[in-house]
Amino acid sequence: MRGHLEQIEKLHYQLQKQSWFLDAVEIYCEAVRGLADDLAEPELTSRGLRRIREYLAAYTTSQKFVSLVAELRALKQALTGIRYRARIQGPRVTVSRYQGERDYSVEILETFARFQQGAVRSYLVSLPDEPNMNHVEARILDGVAELYPEVFAARTDYCVRHDAYLDPTVSVFDREVQFYVAYLELMQRLRKAGLSFSYPQVSARSKEVAVTETFDLALATKLVGEQRPVVCNDFYLKDPERMFVVSGPNNGGKTTFARMFGQLHYLASLGLPVPGTDARLFLPDRIYTHFEREEDIATLRGKFEDELFRIHEILEQASADSVLIMNESFGSTTLRDALVVGTEVMRQIIELGALGVFVTFVDELASLDDSTVSMMSTVMPDDPAIRTFTVVRKPADGLAYAAAIAEKYGLTYAALRQRIAR
Amino acid sequence: MKAFLMHRDRDFELEAELPANEEVLIQDLELTTLWSAMAAGDEFLFDVAKRAVLQSLRDADEIVYRQQALSDCLQNPATVREVYALAGEALKAQKSVWGGLLRDSPERNLGTSVQKLELLVGFLRRLWELAWEHAGDFESPAFRRFFAMLADELDEEYLELVASELKALKFKGGTLLSAQLGAGNKGKAYMLRRPREQRLLERVFDRSGYSFTIPDRDDNGFRALSELQDRGLNEVANALAQSLDHVLSFFVMLRIEVGFYVACLNLSDRLAANGEPTCLPEPRPTGELALAAAGLYDVCLTLTIDETVVGNDIDADHKSLVMITGANQGGKSTLLRSIGLAQLMSQSGMFVGAQTLSISTCDGLFTHYKREEDESMESGKLDEELARMSEIADHISPGCLLLCNESFASTNEREGSEIARQVLGALLAERIRVLFVTHMYDLANGFYEQGLDATLFLRAERGSDGARPFKLSEGRPLSTSYGEDSYRKIFGRSADATPVLAGRAAQCSPDRTDGDAAVAETDGLAQ
Repeated sequence: MRGHLEQIEKLHYQLQKQSWFLDAVEIYCEAVRGLADDLAEPELTSRGLRRIREYLAAYTTSQKFVSLVAELRALKQALTGIRYRARIQGPRVTVSRYQGERDYSVEILETFARFQQGAVRSYLVSLPDEPNMNHVEARILDGVAELYPEVFAARTDYCVRHDAYLDPTVSVFDREVQFYVAYLELMQRLRKAGLSFSYPQVSARSKEVAVTETFDLALATKLVGEQRPVVCNDFYLKDPERMFVVSGPNNGGKTTFARMFGQLHYLASLGLPVPGTDARLFLPDRIYTHFEREEDIATLRGKFEDELFRIHEILEQASADSVLIMNESFGSTTLRDALVVGTEVMRQIIELGALGVFVTFVDELASLDDSTVSMMSTVMPDDPAIRTFTVVRKPADGLAYAAAIAEKYGLTYAALRQRIAR
Repeated sequence: MKAFLMHRDRDFELEAELPANEEVLIQDLELTTLWSAMAAGDEFLFDVAKRAVLQSLRDADEIVYRQQALSDCLQNPATVREVYALAGEALKAQKSVWGGLLRDSPERNLGTSVQKLELLVGFLRRLWELAWEHAGDFESPAFRRFFAMLADELDEEYLELVASELKALKFKGGTLLSAQLGAGNKGKAYMLRRPREQRLLERVFDRSGYSFTIPDRDDNGFRALSELQDRGLNEVANALAQSLDHVLSFFVMLRIEVGFYVACLNLSDRLAANGEPTCLPEPRPTGELALAAAGLYDVCLTLTIDETVVGNDIDADHKSLVMITGANQGGKSTLLRSIGLAQLMSQSGMFVGAQTLSISTCDGLFTHYKREEDESMESGKLDEELARMSEIADHISPGCLLLCNESFASTNEREGSEIARQVLGALLAERIRVLFVTHMYDLANGFYEQGLDATLFLRAERGSDGARPFKLSEGRPLSTSYGEDSYRKIFGRSADATPVLAGRAAQCSPDRTDGDAAVAETDGLAQ
């Protein structure tokens, strides 16, 4: 309806504006009635929804609304019944009532049917249907109005009388409800794929957070869209633990874990159900993130310095009640530098007492203090086709995966038979 | 209207997906040589030959359908070449009508289709006349159906009707459309109507309706008018464009399918010039594991050196594993390639290079040949070999045929044998037929000792004077040194006494000695 009203502003011809106005009113009436019906049934507990239900029940039975609908229906019916024809001869166009001439296309199609067997490609041109009319179409429409004067006069009258049909309360409700609907739709899609959401138990004091069977919304949305499985992760922090330090093989889900941790706290702060079950989350004052970025020439700093600058800013502003997400920081320097600087930054975070995740390739950072918890991403070497990422509590070990060469190529007797038999 | 000269009930799919190992097959079987001979300088025929040979038929009936059509073509080469030329000419002629780059206006599309169809209808008429004259000379189901179809579908009366409708579609007297009011009161459901016949007086005094005229200089107005007509003409333009597609596709398919037989005629001419025999093979079911030939030769070798080459007799019926061992440059690779080529040519409905051949169809042909160097330098030689075998494993299935030429020779014999044993064991267990050329005594002998009925051992021999007869005969694997000695000692005399096969070696330049096994043996064979 909003789209239709915007469109009317862009149109030039009065007859066309009236037609769009009728459609806008129709959409509005159907939506309002549908909403009133839908709200009538269910048990509602929220104060907001119960009040809007009462309001709509009264509005849809009012004389004003009822006649708005009835007159509209009669007009629409008269308009859709109109058939006309246009003869085009060079520059001259004649508009008249349709008199049942034969369908020429069908005849041509019959003649050429023998040549059309097995046609696969369609040459129907999709002709752009712009809402605007050009002046030729407008003149043809004028002609049609002249052929059917009563119908068009009745419509003009309707448009004038119902100029202010839109109810202000309905209009505000429409805006506000969209936030809830959008999140519900997302949850529904993911739940269908077997994933769970739940309302977290939130606290502004306890930093003992924990979630079971949780996942990254961004990755899950993508994977479910491609009908691929999503693997969930669990985590918990017990006092005095504050920071997860995540290391392990690449493509093993480290970044996903970091993003997930930040998301959970963000969504909880919005008052929404979060991915996973048995969620206990902290309500932070702020969430700070530091993800690796492309070098930005505008900063006039090297990448490493730029990173340090951004981390410095974060540490200046963050408090003990903040959540910090640091992902692959210091990837652009030597291992030694990364160790020294990383340790320093880590000590500051520990001192601060903030909650968070620190993703790093530097194993040593995982065991600085009893407030840090080492987590490792693990790959599934058996079937790399399935991207199952599990991140588990485990001391960093840095071991590489190796296998016998024939096994590597899946060419042992057993492996090969299985591959061929499929 | 379909040619159906290559399949009984469907078009040949020129664009069908080729086997995943296309490049490997081309390299290992020297297929480019075969296709060049079939093309005889016609690039289009090269492509047709390539795709027909790589898209193997699986069903004996389908193969026979083509073999019969091919026999007709060998009897009537002039008519077949004439049909091929006519199809090419028709396709070229219609290209002269410029249809514009954008297909965005039904009105213009219609104009183009009408013009092109008018041209093509002329060629259909010529084709019909050709059919009228020569149909009696053809006996195969493919060609009899084709000529009967032309007679049925393109009768004189129909071609007349088409010509007159094409003329009417130029709309000399204007167009009549009907419509309804759609969204926003824009017209919708525009339909083209056949104007009713009106007498002159009726038309003059028909004052019903509301008229207006677009002024001369109103370009936007004329554009708008033409857009309106587009809406009315959309369906008709679609029908005509589809008809054009159909007639065009008929000529395109005709050119492809007749082209395949013309390519076979070209190859037949070349082989006949070299004095080589050809025969239509007898296709056998996959499970039967038939492979019996007399005088089977390497078609690509004779095409390369333009001389008659030696043929082999082979009887590997019911054998799921053929182990080929023996002397270097003793014709092992050549035999492997002859079989590979015969397999592909049989399954495309062609004749083969042999006096007789009965051969089981396979569900897919794979080759695993020793490669000289890893081109990418990224991995070791064994790695590279195994990666290729793994690639084969991704695609191979029961009922396929695998040709191995010195596989797993890039590591030491013990390791290579062990890997080969595992691989061969798995392949055979999954009903994949394997022809395996190898120098690995440990491997070959291991299979020999098992004494399985389904295994055949062929050995390339070396004459006592070092001359190579290029023939292979049945025989147990020999460890190289022992073989050399015992051959001289025990079999030296009898080799001359038992000339298993006839055939003579052809001449070729003896100075090519590069390391590639296939090329080396090609040269060796020719010396």
